[in-house]
Amino acid sequence: MSKFKPLLFVLVLILSVSAALVGCSSQPQPNQDANQQQPAGPSGSATAVGSSALQPLAEKAAEMYMAKNPKGKVQVQGGGSGTGLTQVASGACDIGNSDVFAAEKLTADQAGTLVDHKVCVVGFATVANPKVKVDNLTGQQLIDIFTGKITNWKDVGGDDQKIVILNRPSSSGTRATFKKYALNGAEEAAGQALTEESSGTIKKALADTPGSISYLALSYVDSTVKSLKYNGIEATTDNITSGKYPIWSYEHMYTKGEAAGTVAKDFIDYMMGAEFKSIITQMGYIPNSAMTVSRDK
Amino acid sequence: MRINPKATDKIATGIFYLVALGFIILLVFFVGYIIYQGRLRLNLNFITSAPVFMKAGGGIAPQLFNSVYLVFLSMLITVPIGLSAGIYLAEYAKQNRFTNAIRFCIEALASLPSIVIGLFGLLVFVTMTGWGYTLMSGALAMSILNLPVITRVSEDSLRGVSNSYKEASLALGATHWQTIYKLIIPVALPGLITGIVMTAGRAFGEAAALLYTAGMSSPKLDFTNWNPLAYSSPLNPFRPAETLAVYIWKVNSEGLAPDARQIADGSAAILIITVFVFNIGSRFFGRLIGNKLSGK
Amino acid sequence: MSKKSKIYNFKHEYLGRSVVTFFGLLLILITIIMVLFLASKGMATFLDNHVPLTQFLFSTDWHPERGIAEGGPVVGVLIFIVGSVLISGLALLISTPFSVALAIFMTEISPKLGKKIFQPVIEIFVGIPSVVYGWVGLTVLVPFVRNHFGGLGFSMLAGSLVLAVMIFPTIATVSADSLSIITEDYKEASYALGATRWHTIRKIIFPCALPGILTGVVLGLARAFGEALAVQMVIGNSIRIPGSILDSTINLTSIITMDMGNTAMGTPWNNALWSMALLLLLISFLFILIIHRIGRKGNVSA
Repeated sequence: MSKFKPLLFVLVLILSVSAALVGCSSQPQPNQDANQQQPAGPSGSATAVGSSALQPLAEKAAEMYMAKNPKGKVQVQGGGSGTGLTQVASGACDIGNSDVFAAEKLTADQAGTLVDHKVCVVGFATVANPKVKVDNLTGQQLIDIFTGKITNWKDVGGDDQKIVILNRPSSSGTRATFKKYALNGAEEAAGQALTEESSGTIKKALADTPGSISYLALSYVDSTVKSLKYNGIEATTDNITSGKYPIWSYEHMYTKGEAAGTVAKDFIDYMMGAEFKSIITQMGYIPNSAMTVSRDK
Repeated sequence: MRINPKATDKIATGIFYLVALGFIILLVFFVGYIIYQGRLRLNLNFITSAPVFMKAGGGIAPQLFNSVYLVFLSMLITVPIGLSAGIYLAEYAKQNRFTNAIRFCIEALASLPSIVIGLFGLLVFVTMTGWGYTLMSGALAMSILNLPVITRVSEDSLRGVSNSYKEASLALGATHWQTIYKLIIPVALPGLITGIVMTAGRAFGEAAALLYTAGMSSPKLDFTNWNPLAYSSPLNPFRPAETLAVYIWKVNSEGLAPDARQIADGSAAILIITVFVFNIGSRFFGRLIGNKLSGK
Repeated sequence: MSKKSKIYNFKHEYLGRSVVTFFGLLLILITIIMVLFLASKGMATFLDNHVPLTQFLFSTDWHPERGIAEGGPVVGVLIFIVGSVLISGLALLISTPFSVALAIFMTEISPKLGKKIFQPVIEIFVGIPSVVYGWVGLTVLVPFVRNHFGGLGFSMLAGSLVLAVMIFPTIATVSADSLSIITEDYKEASYALGATRWHTIRKIIFPCALPGILTGVVLGLARAFGEALAVQMVIGNSIRIPGSILDSTINLTSIITMDMGNTAMGTPWNNALWSMALLLLLISFLFILIIHRIGRKGNVSA
């Protein structure tokens, strides 16, 4: 056995060094005492799985929720809307996060067992490479571009430059929303567009590729890309809440049945509540309560 | 057309040197580029603080810890199994169907795309066991990924032990197993350790198999609580754990912090440096143990 | 045999022997479970969704999202298969000459440098995570291809170049192993006849090591086929068969990684992705069989 000691030693060394490195980072938690005076919510644990777009928001919510109700543990995982819906329908997790209505992914039977909680609204902007000179596209122009009828920026008032379409995968919720509300369901030209898996890579490719056009959730839009108006209307929170700008969708949290009294339900209520509103706005999402229009499919 | 064979030989040698040099340049460029890009984040603060929500300045401490812990756990599972299978193949296996089947399985496992292993993990270790996204699920998926490599490494280093040792031991009346345990493994130990640590280094960078098993989030860790059963304890193997490679993937994909770019670059640099440390460390310890055993 | 020696034998031989044999069995078991699992998931396309095998394999129509009203989902995966074959094939063409040359350098020209420098260099290349390969590909290679070769940069060429770097360690290591076991006698005989080193390499060493080198090439190809995250970031993922190496295209692993999380299990779409994963497994089985063929041939001729 003595011959294995060096190996053990190495492992212990690696572990302890890394532990020491991270150990010094743990900060005191000033609000711990305050927590104890809070009214206690339900205890237990809940797991939310699904949409990677909703994940950062849900993680923040979970952190704040657990600070308030230390008895309820909430875990948030990504994995995609399809995974989330499958898992919640089969009972493998408590909350299924989704960018789209469950009926669009699941069979009617499965979707029927789930209860929808629309936690917030996310707006999408048509975005282009910053060097593109066009500021506005009409709905028809957008359809023509994405179906491959218009292939040059000069046909929509820009420079003589080829249009490069950057798409999200056809299974992505963002693409489904864009197709439904911006393109009126028109089928995109097959095989022409580049496809990138995530909003982050779309943004990167968009900034790098001359003449490119795509769509991004408003939370991702910054100065490295150019946001285009849709039918002359800017993609802003005000225009979305007033119903002027149509390219938006709900972020859903599904539970199996009503799930009343559980941590899952309590957590969702917290996320939709007044306290969390400012975080939703800060992240570029729109609280559901601010909307003057609504949709149910 | 006849060319002087000596001249051809010189030209050919020159070309070989050029190709070899080319690979060094490629490596220097690659590593240099990654470390240069990440240089702004190569400080203690980055590796010792937790990510910050929606704000610049977050670190990677939990992710780094998770990576190390997950690799450690998966090695605890892989090494005994892989080493045993390696011993079987090197010492006991006869040229028969059973042996062929094992070899075929090792090759088949080794050639599985890691995304497939990840999805297998999702259905078996995450859903069927009811554990959810946990370090343990990730470690098991990682073990399937590493098993063929460790088995091969073990077999190779055990085979490397000269037969004369073995025959001497058997002639002295030791059983085959005693010979393996007391003689062959110790002699092969330096090679074994080098191979194992190197595999661990490679496992450090694995992302695809962990996305769906260990999960993509890290609950707040309390680095003062070392009770492995506590929920927020870093040592609890049944908590979700995002590793560094997964974090890079996530930050690139959906990162919302204003300095997402630098975080990804910094993490990549740390990852590369870790691979270096594992690589150099494995050689160093392999040699150290080798020297110790041979009594130098 | 006395009872005592039986116990002795049990403790010092059979126990250890059974344990290691058991773990050998376990390896087989794990593989069988994985295969069965993939097969059961992958067959759903054909058994539950009744997609004809020929349509699945040889059709280029990929419309998994199509509703019942428009004729139901169509899952033909030929485009992805062709994409995988082209990208991996090109990667192999780029990588093999350099990898084999490096292997020869490491074993024949300068074994000292080979062991001291190139062995670690290769291992570091192996250790670089594929996420990092993909990211460097996206930030360096894609703009480079766009500016110097034309096109959009997201292309088959970029994917193949990234893969070429990722598979070179496999090809070089396996080739170097097979080169190093060629006996000195052959080489010395050749030198004694007055042959130069290049001549010896070309006429003696290389032919002798050819089966081993081919094994390395096939292993490299298998790795190229299964690589997911890195390639996906640089090939553009347009669902079409590329017209030139500068066109964007897509392969099996990319479509699986992109759509797997976003589709619900049990739907025809998701089932088709599992069938593709099964296809990947079958392809790697095919590669293993080829390697064994090559190995056996090598043994016969040697």
